[in-house]
Amino acid sequence: MDARVRDDFPILRRTVHGKPLVYLDSAATSMKPTAVIEAEARFYRESYANVRRGVYELAAEATDCYEGARAAVASLIGASPEEIVFTRGTTEALNLAAWALGETVIEQEDEILVTEMEHHANLLPWQETARRRGAHLRAVAVTPAGELDRDDLRRKLSPQTKVVTLVHVSNALGTVNPVAEIAAEAHQVGAIVVADAAQSVPHMPVDVRELGADLVAFSGHKMLGPTGIGVLWGRREILKNLPPLLVGGEMVREVWLDRATWDDPPARFEGGTPPIAQAVGLGTAVAYLQKIGLDQVRRHGEELTALALDGLLRRSHVTVYGPKDPTTRGALVSFSLAGIHPHDVATLLDQEGIAIRGGHHCAQPLHRKLGIPASCRVSFHVYNTIDEVGLFLEALDGVWKALG
Amino acid sequence: MSYEEIILDHWRHPRNKGRLPHPDAAAVEANPLCGDVVRIELGIKDQTIQNIRFEGEGCAISLASASLLTELVQGKPVPEATRMADEELLSALGGVVRTRLTCALLPLRALRKALGSGAPGA
Repeated sequence: MDARVRDDFPILRRTVHGKPLVYLDSAATSMKPTAVIEAEARFYRESYANVRRGVYELAAEATDCYEGARAAVASLIGASPEEIVFTRGTTEALNLAAWALGETVIEQEDEILVTEMEHHANLLPWQETARRRGAHLRAVAVTPAGELDRDDLRRKLSPQTKVVTLVHVSNALGTVNPVAEIAAEAHQVGAIVVADAAQSVPHMPVDVRELGADLVAFSGHKMLGPTGIGVLWGRREILKNLPPLLVGGEMVREVWLDRATWDDPPARFEGGTPPIAQAVGLGTAVAYLQKIGLDQVRRHGEELTALALDGLLRRSHVTVYGPKDPTTRGALVSFSLAGIHPHDVATLLDQEGIAIRGGHHCAQPLHRKLGIPASCRVSFHVYNTIDEVGLFLEALDGVWKALG
Repeated sequence: MSYEEIILDHWRHPRNKGRLPHPDAAAVEANPLCGDVVRIELGIKDQTIQNIRFEGEGCAISLASASLLTELVQGKPVPEATRMADEELLSALGGVVRTRLTCALLPLRALRKALGSGAPGA
């Protein structure tokens, strides 16, 4: 990775507790390059108005900016712009998917197949849908190696399975799931496949046609973009049959006092004034990532993950969770130190200016399965360096010396 | 890089750890976010905390805080223990970073619950 990339992120120049910030929590949220911060500010300064409805020039310009962002996101994942629904984030995208599929394809006694490694955002919406529709929620087991049990998946797939939903890259284990292979199996029983791509789209080339899922969700804020903006991509033929979750302004064609007709996708799913400036920021983040190249982003993540994995695995008091091969995981590593609570690890590292995650990473059922209350996690993005991985490992030895 | 000595001491050498055979009051408090669990058991006589024991699982701060709390309230009249302020425990711990206040105060929540219940709790 070009060392100048780091200079694009102004927050990385600050210190924490008097030490230079070493930010290793990009799986939670990523930092923003100046280009993204400026794009949002410039939009407010120069081109801001509400979108879609205005007949004046400024409204047309704002709409161009908003739709330009949609086109940028589409180009990133090999999609058409009309298949890109802007949401508030992955959570809203998955809630929309779960609610709309619940209204249309999931009937009483049907089955929804999730996995044991889902983030709560891709579990709770399906729990709600199952409850509302009288359907059954089943979960594909995770193997001790941290991978999906494919035999268990095959056992649980049946003509009753109407939806299979799974995470592309696990935020807790780092596992990269073979979504395309699983989608092919799920499609054979007629199920619709939903993928939570919150940890993959920001870090590696993802082409939704190759991914094989029917609906794909991800967030802007994990891919160098603003908070408050995310995406639900859907195949045209799927989206056109789904009802909106939010009804109100900007998503309708005709309204009477007692009824209304909806607009076509994607507008149908974007009720109310959308996060316009945030979309513009996301479009700029996409352009920034494309300029570096998603292959290069992936290589860099793999390099840092390999270094962290190697260092952690060499320390006998450290347990690493998930796959041990950096080429089969995302840009993150979860681990724990024998007899030390992850929050203690995170607090002591914070004293050195090193920000890591300690907790259950919104995957409580997975931690229950692993038999641990919580774990530590380091995660990377384009601005992290080899030196930072070294600083982290050195400081981790300090934690072990203090508390081990 | 470390914690205050008093936290390390109480974490490594917990005081009043264990259970009472016949507690007059008890309560469990948990912090689901990080899996911390603390159980406080009290032996109360003449409106005074005669005996106190704790059991817990969790981070160094919550366990050290539980241990220290047992020392702070042992022998105290119940009304006084009930009125104990967060700040008193936090300052006895030598100060706790703001991101870890919920860990440090978990045992105090359990104590207040036990005193409020007046009977062995769940």
